[in-house]
Amino acid sequence: MDPILTKYVREPNSFTLDFYLQHAGYDALKLALTKKPDEIIEMVKASGLRGRGGAGFPTGMKWQFVDKKIEPRYIACNADESEPGTFKDHLLMERNPHLLIEGCAIGCYAIGAKVAYIYIRGEFIHVQHVLERAIDEAYARGFLGKNILGSGFDCDVYVHRGAGAYEAGEETALLESLEGKRAQPRNKPPFPALVGLYNKPTAVNNVETLCNVPLIVSKGPEWYAALGPEKNGGPKLYCVSGHVKRPGVYEASMKITLRELIEGHAGGVRDGHTLKAVIPGGSSVPILLPDQLDTQASFDGIQKAGSLLGSAAIVVLDETTCMVWLAENLLHFYRHESCGKCTPCREGTDWLHQILHRIERGEGQMQDIDLLQSVAGNIAGKTLCAFGDAAATPVLTTLKHFRHEYEAHVKEGKCTLPAPWRARHPVGAH
Amino acid sequence: MSFHPKMAYGATFHKSSRALEDEGPAFVYTPENRARFDEIVKRYPPDRRRSAVLPALYLAQYQQGYITANAIRHVAELLGITRADVEDVVSFYTMFYTRPMGTFVLQVCRTLSCAINGAECVTEALVEKLGITPGETDPTGTFTLLEVECLGACDRAPVVMVNDAWHESLKPEDAGTLIDDLRARGDAALSGCHHVVERKS
Repeated sequence: MDPILTKYVREPNSFTLDFYLQHAGYDALKLALTKKPDEIIEMVKASGLRGRGGAGFPTGMKWQFVDKKIEPRYIACNADESEPGTFKDHLLMERNPHLLIEGCAIGCYAIGAKVAYIYIRGEFIHVQHVLERAIDEAYARGFLGKNILGSGFDCDVYVHRGAGAYEAGEETALLESLEGKRAQPRNKPPFPALVGLYNKPTAVNNVETLCNVPLIVSKGPEWYAALGPEKNGGPKLYCVSGHVKRPGVYEASMKITLRELIEGHAGGVRDGHTLKAVIPGGSSVPILLPDQLDTQASFDGIQKAGSLLGSAAIVVLDETTCMVWLAENLLHFYRHESCGKCTPCREGTDWLHQILHRIERGEGQMQDIDLLQSVAGNIAGKTLCAFGDAAATPVLTTLKHFRHEYEAHVKEGKCTLPAPWRARHPVGAH
Repeated sequence: MSFHPKMAYGATFHKSSRALEDEGPAFVYTPENRARFDEIVKRYPPDRRRSAVLPALYLAQYQQGYITANAIRHVAELLGITRADVEDVVSFYTMFYTRPMGTFVLQVCRTLSCAINGAECVTEALVEKLGITPGETDPTGTFTLLEVECLGACDRAPVVMVNDAWHESLKPEDAGTLIDDLRARGDAALSGCHHVVERKS
């Protein structure tokens, strides 16, 4: 499949409005404004578009759930993109910002919202500048603002900058942060579609999800659905990173396999090395092994193989990677990013990191391995949001597939796989 | 009067020894920042001014380099919320600094994709070059070294963020050159370091 969302990202002026208009930009918005809002929702439902942020929930359903009796309604675009290994929204917003703006406008029209907030992570300041410039251009040419293209429809799009909290990527935590509070999740239900931003009905959609909406409107839901396997329609952006020759964002149909992505697009693992494991959907999903590479990289395909597509962040690990070190590295992340609201996660991530740290340094005991299993098992499923499950996964999945590495660390009293890319004297470990 | 039979009031026990926090220099927005603040607040419903707390704090941080108690007070007054509400936010988000930082804040990404591409060695090279450990500022106040979690450019690992600029695919052996460059050219060394579109070999 030829790239659609990222077709022009390598063109020098791809982020400008003039370039976008030369390539059928905002045609979908013009077309959408001639239809009824319900028709747009029906189109998105028929296309089978699933949320690209991680959960894969059907976007049309989400929009249908938005309570149309309550005013005002909002769209909150999740551009927090903080799952380790994910950088697709980064590319879309930096090189094709008008596609997102068009998607926001169509989304607002469909659910009857007048304001869309794009919640962008604080570190993406250079991306934010591009996005804000694009929004200004769109206002100046009448694609945003009052009475868009003479249709009587008003829509404002604002960028809201986060400040370095991973948890703000969780939809209710994002809304809390947007309201000017700590990014901590709310209890669900009620879901944001009924009680969201400022307690009003809100659709929270990922950047890539909204970027797919103009395609569905302009080319039709049947065309869109046929791009991928059943229930996994449309183009998908994959972020391949780690020990591969050509890391990057690759756009493909979800009919593609992990092998085609890793060995074809990304050029395979570095010369002289062999594949050890693949994380197919960001740091919070179970690991897949080399013999599972022929798995179809779709939401359903990866789930069948025992993992999740998540945000399609494929991290490739070669044989130099110590799996105990990997779990410690990721738990350092989760310990740091836990928002502190739920006790199992706040306390448990710290415990897990401490135990992993001592095993990795060769100071652990055999019973520590069972303790890990127990602590991780007591976090998963016992927290308000999915962060708890995410934090437990790296431990549980490495224990499942690589328990022998943990045991070797304890028996030999040192790390058994000290890779050359690791520090000689670990600094800042605690 | 004293409630103690043998000790006078205020002699030993009744005196609070709690040190009051340093409130920092007096703080108000510059006229330009105040104008930008007024512009930003309009993005949110009139009864939801609190939503502007993150952008308001960024303005304060860009103006002063870090957030002080006086800056918190100013932001709270402008937004019509309590100082505790603002402090709650400041203490939660990692991108707000509550102490003076160096002219250049070096943030090395330490999460998986950067780490397996040598981020730990980059940190080590910076530690050796600057003579400080992560979290510290050098004595001249020029550099602060931090280790941070995933920055979201894993295809260009390892990534180092210097203030608002991104340095990508930084090799450990180039870390020293980056420091020399920053010392020699200052802010000019921060432009043109971002790849924009991912590198293809």
